[in-house]
Amino acid sequence: MMGRHSSSLRIIALLMAMAFVLAACPGATSTSDGEGAAADAPSAEEEMADEEKVLTILYWQAASLPGPYLSGGTKDHDAGAVTLEPLANYDPNGAIVPKLAVEIPTIENGDFAEDLMSITWRLKEGLMWSDGSDVTADDVVFTWQYCTDEETGCTSSEGFLGIASVEALDALTVRITFDAPTPYPYNAFVSANTPIISKAQFADCVGTAAQTCNEQNTAPLGTGPYRIVDFKVNDVAVYERNPFYHGDTPYFDRVIFKGGGDAASAARAVLETGEADYAWNLQVEPDILRAMEEAGLGKVVASFAGLVERILVNQTNPDSALGDDRSEYLDGANPHPFLTFTPIPQALSMAIDRSLISEQLYGFAGQPTCNVIPAPLHYASTANDGCLTQDIEGANTLLDENGVLDSDGDGIREYNGMPLKVSYQTSTNSVRQKTQALIRQWWSQIGIETELINHDASVFFGGDPNSPDTYQKFYTDIQMYTTGPSIDPQQHLSTWICSQIPVRENGWAGSNIFRGCSAEYDALSEELTRTPVGAEREALVKRLNDINVQNFYQIPLVYRGRVSAHLDTLQGVWINGWDSEMWNIAEWRR
Amino acid sequence: MGQYLIRRLLTIIPTLIAISFVIFAVLDLAPGDPTSALPETIRPEIRQQIRKVMGLDEPLPVKYSLWLRQFFINEPLALIEKTFDIQIGDSEKRIRVTSWGSRGTPVMDMIVERMPQTLWVVGLAYVVAIVIAIPVGVISAIRQYSIFDQAGTFISLIGYSIPTFFTGLLLILLFSVKLKWFPMIYDTNLKVVDWESFVQQLKQSIMPVAVLGFFQAATLARFTRSSMLDNIPMDYVRTATAKGFRERYVVIRHILRNSLVPVVTLIALGIPAIFSGAIITEQIFRVNGLGALLIGAIQLNDIPLVQTVTFIFACLIVVFNLIADIIYGVLDPRIRYN
Repeated sequence: MMGRHSSSLRIIALLMAMAFVLAACPGATSTSDGEGAAADAPSAEEEMADEEKVLTILYWQAASLPGPYLSGGTKDHDAGAVTLEPLANYDPNGAIVPKLAVEIPTIENGDFAEDLMSITWRLKEGLMWSDGSDVTADDVVFTWQYCTDEETGCTSSEGFLGIASVEALDALTVRITFDAPTPYPYNAFVSANTPIISKAQFADCVGTAAQTCNEQNTAPLGTGPYRIVDFKVNDVAVYERNPFYHGDTPYFDRVIFKGGGDAASAARAVLETGEADYAWNLQVEPDILRAMEEAGLGKVVASFAGLVERILVNQTNPDSALGDDRSEYLDGANPHPFLTFTPIPQALSMAIDRSLISEQLYGFAGQPTCNVIPAPLHYASTANDGCLTQDIEGANTLLDENGVLDSDGDGIREYNGMPLKVSYQTSTNSVRQKTQALIRQWWSQIGIETELINHDASVFFGGDPNSPDTYQKFYTDIQMYTTGPSIDPQQHLSTWICSQIPVRENGWAGSNIFRGCSAEYDALSEELTRTPVGAEREALVKRLNDINVQNFYQIPLVYRGRVSAHLDTLQGVWINGWDSEMWNIAEWRR
Repeated sequence: MGQYLIRRLLTIIPTLIAISFVIFAVLDLAPGDPTSALPETIRPEIRQQIRKVMGLDEPLPVKYSLWLRQFFINEPLALIEKTFDIQIGDSEKRIRVTSWGSRGTPVMDMIVERMPQTLWVVGLAYVVAIVIAIPVGVISAIRQYSIFDQAGTFISLIGYSIPTFFTGLLLILLFSVKLKWFPMIYDTNLKVVDWESFVQQLKQSIMPVAVLGFFQAATLARFTRSSMLDNIPMDYVRTATAKGFRERYVVIRHILRNSLVPVVTLIALGIPAIFSGAIITEQIFRVNGLGALLIGAIQLNDIPLVQTVTFIFACLIVVFNLIADIIYGVLDPRIRYN
């Protein structure tokens, strides 16, 4: 009996074992295949190099549509920028370089009117769409009509604000007329935000019809180095060399723009396994990224535009005892009890080690800065660079000299009998909380006590007028977040004039969040809207920046960039913060 | 049985309508705005305009009835038109459910595009899991407390308790980064045309299949084992053994057959999960399946897409629940549905 039992069990066990082997079969074969392939791989790759040169770009956010007009994410701009081109691009330094245009219109060459009311662009001759048809000035006009049609719901219409008309003067010349004098005319048709699309292709897709043009939307004709072969929504785009490209023949046969996954594994796929050539926006802890870079396959590159992480200093009194009047400007009748006394916020600024914050918490994606307008370079002031060095001793001396002393010996200084205790709010975000902790420690060394507060980003930035915790209401002494100018800082600077102070009556709608008001600033800001691009404009921007920073309305901390990575073998990458990272993909090669 | 079936089928209709309304209402009431994914520089007026074009400003009942019509009338018609290549009525004007994130793309086309990857990867994992789990469960039960059982229990517990994002990462680090055997990026454009591309397909599928299969096998093996253990001490087993049948015969024909009844039900109930994809696993390995589609849509607040995908999952769950009940009745003659 026993014998029979165990023998039959043995047979079952054998069967099971066979089942296991069968089940593991794909695993087993693939293991050996894997080894075989590992040996084969290089030769296969070599063959590929002979046969087909493929560029693999990895975006952890997949593109929804190639192009900026119906889907506004960076991923969509960039997927579009591989094939769609504007008249001109911004280069990484913020200069303007022609793409489809012959040259940049300026007052000097007569294409930008003296009265700042119109600008004339001239297209290069012989431009062709990727189907071989001609590119004309009508396409440029059409692009404007397409995006400004309200029913289109265009996500790039920002770029066409302030334009009265766009007209074709002849087949290759376009004139843009503005509503009002426009000192900086290089927004429309410049950068991947507003590329030119084909009139022939999209003529029936204007307005509500834009939603039904699935075929056109996913495969727009372009003028760029590569053209779309296949676009899988929210997944992958495949491009091939555009035979009608106007520049030198592009290097790659195919470009694969793959989306999905997460930032860390995208970084790994470039820096550690080399499966992809380029990975975008690697929001990964600096230490992890550094460790990956040490694998030696590729390098991490950072692009910077205008974003600055800054501290805003409340110029009004946020004391909760004031009830509805807390943090209300009240035409200057409600100043902050001590933060409006300049030596105090100055000491706050001096006590901060910006380099440490930048290096430890932001890594590749941060540089210490002392300006609220850190770039383009010709707009960046150098007057405040002293803040780059931490000076706790100097801050203490400054406060002592100004009579802000710790008179009761509790370690906290007083000003007019009021102890310097500040509340400091920001959004919930590990980097921001670490920054807060560091700063609190430095401020305690100069006799200022800090209470740290953080709110969920959706609440803090949510703008709900019923919530007391929004950055617009600013019910604390200090708060911290990031904003930044676009390539021309005028719009950004104009948000800090007196009339932009958020108040109860307008539902806290203004953008002068720190509630600072300076007559000089308002006057210069007005002057800026009349001053064309040039040395005078540069000086004005710097002055506006300096007024803001030297009044300590805002304390800039870190100039923030975006980090990408590419293989060492990929050449020609010049990462761009102002325009698409794909802006010069025509020059990429191995 | 027939009557029961009809009754069940009829109750499905109000159930699904109720589900669709709840999903719609929850998504509508939930905070979040498709224009919030747009760059911060875009002004409020422009955002408002985009919202209007998307139809966000309409009241809930209007949006819901529009969706119902699009989903239950326009979509099936579009499907019929596509399959038979014919035109029914004024099909150009008929608006299908379209995505917000990728404006103008019909949601159904996106789902159809994603289906094969999910079926291949997640379905394969399910098959692998079943093939491994049932034998392991059976042996563990008849050799209770043996080394095999202990090891099986230990491994299943690990599989059961380690989340897939961890095993996934572990496999990537081991097989992609260190050994460089398998690619960590799933190439969705790969077409299987010859042996070489088939091998390629296998190589890129192994890691996601292993991760998912391990997790599911662990659950199923535990379930099979306990179901077997319930049956082994039964009188009919003793009777069969007493009759002198060989143990293999008793185990396979008597114990296993009876033990599989609940297991089969569990498997049937798990099938909708195949379609819903494995959100995390697909995300880790960049498999463009339904799970990745859903998570991407949620991130972009692409409500029509989330709504439709979620509703399809709901339909599958309801239908497979019914199927599981029917299978139960077929396998176990003691259960009568009248």
